[in-house]
Amino acid sequence: MRWEFHDDAPIHVQVTERIERLIVSGTIQPGQKLPSVRSFALEAGVNPNTMQRALTELERGGLIYSQRTAGHFVTGDQQIISTVREELAAKIIRQYLRGMTELGCSPEEAESLLHRQLNAEGGSEHVNSEL
Amino acid sequence: MSILSCENLSKHYGTVAALDGVNLNIEPGRIVGLLGPNGSGKTTLIKLANGLLTPTEGRILIGGMEPGVETKKLVSYLPERTYLANWMNVKQILSYFEDFYADFDRERAAAMLSHLGIPETQRIRQMSKGTREKVQLILVMSRRAKLYLLDEPIGGVDPAARDYILNTIIGNYDPQAAVVISTHLIADVEPLLDEVVFIQNGHILRHTPVDEIREQMGKSVDALFREEFRCF
Repeated sequence: MRWEFHDDAPIHVQVTERIERLIVSGTIQPGQKLPSVRSFALEAGVNPNTMQRALTELERGGLIYSQRTAGHFVTGDQQIISTVREELAAKIIRQYLRGMTELGCSPEEAESLLHRQLNAEGGSEHVNSEL
Repeated sequence: MSILSCENLSKHYGTVAALDGVNLNIEPGRIVGLLGPNGSGKTTLIKLANGLLTPTEGRILIGGMEPGVETKKLVSYLPERTYLANWMNVKQILSYFEDFYADFDRERAAAMLSHLGIPETQRIRQMSKGTREKVQLILVMSRRAKLYLLDEPIGGVDPAARDYILNTIIGNYDPQAAVVISTHLIADVEPLLDEVVFIQNGHILRHTPVDEIREQMGKSVDALFREEFRCF
């Protein structure tokens, strides 16, 4: 399955974020080996140079590390993983707030509507425990 | 050194200038989209690089050499139209390529064909258009060339065949080689490209890294193309 890309950001940025999500969600586990650049590029449907660039960026952030011949691995450092997870969450929350502002909702209104939705779905406790 | 370089390259057909004073350099390790509307000069440029046409003015160099016997060893070319004889079967085509090109990796091609479920006894005339395009691309990408020139590799095939073809290009990526893909199906090829060349009326409008378009202009190559080539 090729990855979907939107028009608003460079593809390497979108690939980086997609891999961050795979890691913080636990789809790729701490310490786990990543596919080779070529096969990861194939899976994503992107140029291998783009995949290499994304991996280099992830390495710079400490989320993955490379071993000279063995390839790339996810960090075992939970601290780094939770930091990245919070950054991604903050980004989604900002998107949510921007969307609500566009609808003319105040931040207070956005918050109360969010709570109402959570209650309606009966998932508020579950979501709280996740945070 | 550039694998492909054009210096003030022009090609005229009678009074019509198909290419006019083109300067262009393509470096190894890059996948480049040659993008332009119909009649912009894409195919003319690719044919010049293959020595199928000769320049009216200026020159085109492949690995520092004018197109000829030596450069054909470096260039793997997918033409717009099939040149394989209808009566040939897969096995005969593999031998044909092996005969012609010292850098043809027959095992690799055979493996990709069998992965697709195409039997070696099948003849070209028995294949659907999509299958024929896939076979042709597999042959071209199974050469260990320095420059791949792909003229409309995904035109006229269904989206599944298109994905297969694009994956074949990624899967055969070689950091020592350059790939030039001419197409107008920009959204499909964009994730594959390092750079784009926009060409119109025989002129190069821009030669830009894809990342730069998205970073500095905040739009996709497809959106930029629609803007710059808008038909009023």
